[in-house]
Amino acid sequence: MNWESFSDFIQMGKHGFYVWSSYGVTALFLAIEILLVRRKRQVVRKRLARLARLDTTLEK
Amino acid sequence: MSAEYATSAEKSLPWLKFANPRNFYPLAGKMIPWFTALAIIFTLIGLYISFFVAPTDYKQGESYRIMFIHVPAAWMSMFIYIVMACYAAIGLIWNIKLSDMMAGALAPTGAIFTFLALWTGAFWGRPTWGAYWVWDARLTSELILLFLYLGFISLRAAIDDPRRAARASGLLALVGVINVPIIYYSVKWWNTLHQGASVSVTESPKMASIMLTAMAVMAFAFWMYTIAVVLARVRTDILEREREAVWVVEEVSRTA
Repeated sequence: MNWESFSDFIQMGKHGFYVWSSYGVTALFLAIEILLVRRKRQVVRKRLARLARLDTTLEK
Repeated sequence: MSAEYATSAEKSLPWLKFANPRNFYPLAGKMIPWFTALAIIFTLIGLYISFFVAPTDYKQGESYRIMFIHVPAAWMSMFIYIVMACYAAIGLIWNIKLSDMMAGALAPTGAIFTFLALWTGAFWGRPTWGAYWVWDARLTSELILLFLYLGFISLRAAIDDPRRAARASGLLALVGVINVPIIYYSVKWWNTLHQGASVSVTESPKMASIMLTAMAVMAFAFWMYTIAVVLARVRTDILEREREAVWVVEEVSRTA
């Protein structure tokens, strides 16, 4: 085991700032990417569904 | 879902039918949960090895743990570019729409990993070299890779006609491939502050092998993540590009 306590783990020797900035930003960017892909999918589906409904009403 | 659609050429080469967006869309949908699950499992294993199994480096202390995401992110930035350029080339040569869409869907993820390679590199460089950034050949060529991704994305966004956008951006992607070997060999060709191939940072063999395992597991996790997120992105692109098709109208009307 590398760490004697939780605060020891957070401090990462003297390099906590560098280690957590790296891992934190990586996690943040991947999370944002997932959210953006999901949101775009919902937006596109909604817009296309609306267009489809509009087409069927126009045909009638 | 809908019945599969195949032309005669696709019947003689069965897998070719998945070059048809209509057949690829449901296949991609079925694949996403599996790649997501693999990405989660391998991330957890990779993080566990990175923080709890791999010992403290006798020279760098704990800052070297940045390597376990820095190196895989840098590998991904180059792999994704090559895969993207291959899709772009296939799209250009055989005029396959889905191939161009895959190239377009890979670019944002590639750009993110390139940025992360630079970012984590900066935060590893500061405690190790004393500087966040130096104009070293490795760092500079990786920065150029980021600009290539961003140029590819902006070019596609700037051209309204998807066929012209595919041609222009595909050419850019292909010309830019030259940068990948430059990044890879930069540490050999020039006298760089950046160290050589990281796989050989061997002091005691046991430590090197556990470090290599951590990097390989994280790289695999990033690959699975990339496949899942790119498939999800390309599914939306397919809906948009094929919005006139009956199956898309049916698909979007089903739930929403």
